[in-house]
Amino acid sequence: MLNYVIKRIGLAIITIWAVATITFFLMNMVPGGPFLSEKAISPQAQAALEAKYGLDKPLSQQYITYMSDAIKGDFGDSLKQRGRTVASIIKTKFPVSARIGGISVLVSLSLGIPLGCIAAIQRGKFLDRFISVLATCGIAVPSFVICTVLMYFLGVKLRLLPTMGLLSWKHYIMPVISLSFYPTAYIMRLMRSSMLDVLGQDYMRTAKAKGLSQTVSLFKHALRNAILPVITYVGPMLAYTLAGSFVVEKIFTIPGLGGEFIGSITGRDYTVIMGTTIFLATLLIIMNVNVDIIYKLVDHRIKLK
Amino acid sequence: MKENPVSFQLKLTPDDFLKATEEEKQSLVVMRESVSFWKDGARRLMKNKVAMASILVILIIMIFSFIVPSFYPYSYKEQMKGANNLKPMEYSAKEQEAIEAGEKVFPHIFGTDKLGRDYAIRVMMGSRISLLVGLIATVIILIIGSAYGSIAAYFGGWVDIIMMRIVDIIYTVPDILLIVLLSFALKAPLQSLTNIAGFGWVRTVGENLISIFIVFALLYWVGMARMVRSQVLMLKESEYVTAARALGVSNGKIIRKHLLTNCIGTLIVTSTLQIPSSIFTESFLSFLGLGVAKPLPSLGSLASEAINGLNTYPHLLFIPAVLISLIILSFNLLGDGLRDAFDPKLKN
Repeated sequence: MLNYVIKRIGLAIITIWAVATITFFLMNMVPGGPFLSEKAISPQAQAALEAKYGLDKPLSQQYITYMSDAIKGDFGDSLKQRGRTVASIIKTKFPVSARIGGISVLVSLSLGIPLGCIAAIQRGKFLDRFISVLATCGIAVPSFVICTVLMYFLGVKLRLLPTMGLLSWKHYIMPVISLSFYPTAYIMRLMRSSMLDVLGQDYMRTAKAKGLSQTVSLFKHALRNAILPVITYVGPMLAYTLAGSFVVEKIFTIPGLGGEFIGSITGRDYTVIMGTTIFLATLLIIMNVNVDIIYKLVDHRIKLK
Repeated sequence: MKENPVSFQLKLTPDDFLKATEEEKQSLVVMRESVSFWKDGARRLMKNKVAMASILVILIIMIFSFIVPSFYPYSYKEQMKGANNLKPMEYSAKEQEAIEAGEKVFPHIFGTDKLGRDYAIRVMMGSRISLLVGLIATVIILIIGSAYGSIAAYFGGWVDIIMMRIVDIIYTVPDILLIVLLSFALKAPLQSLTNIAGFGWVRTVGENLISIFIVFALLYWVGMARMVRSQVLMLKESEYVTAARALGVSNGKIIRKHLLTNCIGTLIVTSTLQIPSSIFTESFLSFLGLGVAKPLPSLGSLASEAINGLNTYPHLLFIPAVLISLIILSFNLLGDGLRDAFDPKLKN
């Protein structure tokens, strides 16, 4: 176990380094720069700004400076939002996105898993058909469609819910619904198919034969085995959802990390791009390692290698 | 000859070597043709009502997006004066006069947008773009993904480890970052490409659309590659692969003739399910304003433009939104049907 964790951490560091390097050179290859769009400043001021942030130096030197600073934990200052460090931007924006994302993941797990199980147990009956149709429609609707439809009916027509910002619990309802729509439908489908698979296994028949009640055999034997594919899906999904969805944040005007990330890319805020990318990649890798460890805890037959 | 009581020898008599009678021949005639892989799958698909209905929906949408625009009375970029923001089936003042004068004016079925363009034709063109993106991107993904995955699995060992590490890295880079950066990076080279003779088509297609294809080609094959790899890992242990190797068949031919043809079921199903996800991604990109170049519409960009006028003209948003959901839904259902028909092992 310890060996495995050490190995995974080593691999994770290599992956993050590769992602950071690719991002660094790719973003510098793209024409344009952080100070070009500001027409108000003179060429001299622009040159001075570039010199201040070290953008006038050769690329390889910039790369070495950035990487050695990053290892020490210093991700630099934002080029666009003067006076703010990248770390402080992530620190203020991430909790906003993570709160909405976390709630949505909880909602989609607590809806998706039971509904998927019910569909599998009631296979072929009305309830199964109903849930399956719901799930198929759920994965067919893009998130921006859900957002705008919700906003039109609940926010504009009926005036039930506020459409902007994040002031009270009411503000959370629409973003959470739109964020959890697709994952809920997907988890339902996953859960249904893996549950059907497990219900057909020999050990389920044995459990029934030795006289276990249906609830015990379902919760103790079936659920534990059937939940593995859901865990695989939820790991990376959690990372992306916590980091914020650009579409949802844009439509509901939420100051989250997703919007910040897209804004930094279009504005060529190099340090913010690098910082958020490294942050996202780290989050994703942590989630994947967690998935592997939870796998091991749920199913002892699986060997970590 | 003395008979051995424990012998298994057949007791043959000259009668056994007589010619067969007509009756006996008749019993050996094959009553039914053997069912091929394709026929068997197609038969199962035909029985699936949901899949057939979704094929019908896809065909209708294709007719409307590829054939109808060529003889439709309006064009997707024609701006009619005084016909801004018409409601569905409404006429502008000028058209009203023409009708009163006895002329026939084709109705604006879905109304017009704020620049006075007929919305029905824009929606048709939009679904054409969305369908094209879905289909072409899927072909690109299919080719790259199946080649990459089968090579990694077939050669195994170090080749596999390195190739799959690359896949992991591509998986970890946030795709939206690569999409945005690439579309910026590709803009200038593609624009200069339009000036070279023979590449004029780049402008009509739009630089952004081409960079979407390139992004798909660079990024989204990883899922397909993983799928194919896991199949080939299983198939390469089969006897027929060993036999082919013993006969000296080259590696490339084994992959093409034996391994990929045997995972054709998985390939069909994964590609069909890839089409809606490509359309999904394209609409998302267009929604962010990174999709097709104006005035060419796509369903995503139509929806995105309509959001600002949501309060007064909700139909401008709902029509493309419903259509895009319908397209994705029918491709998903078709993919499920194809999976049940061609790859019954994956059922449920």
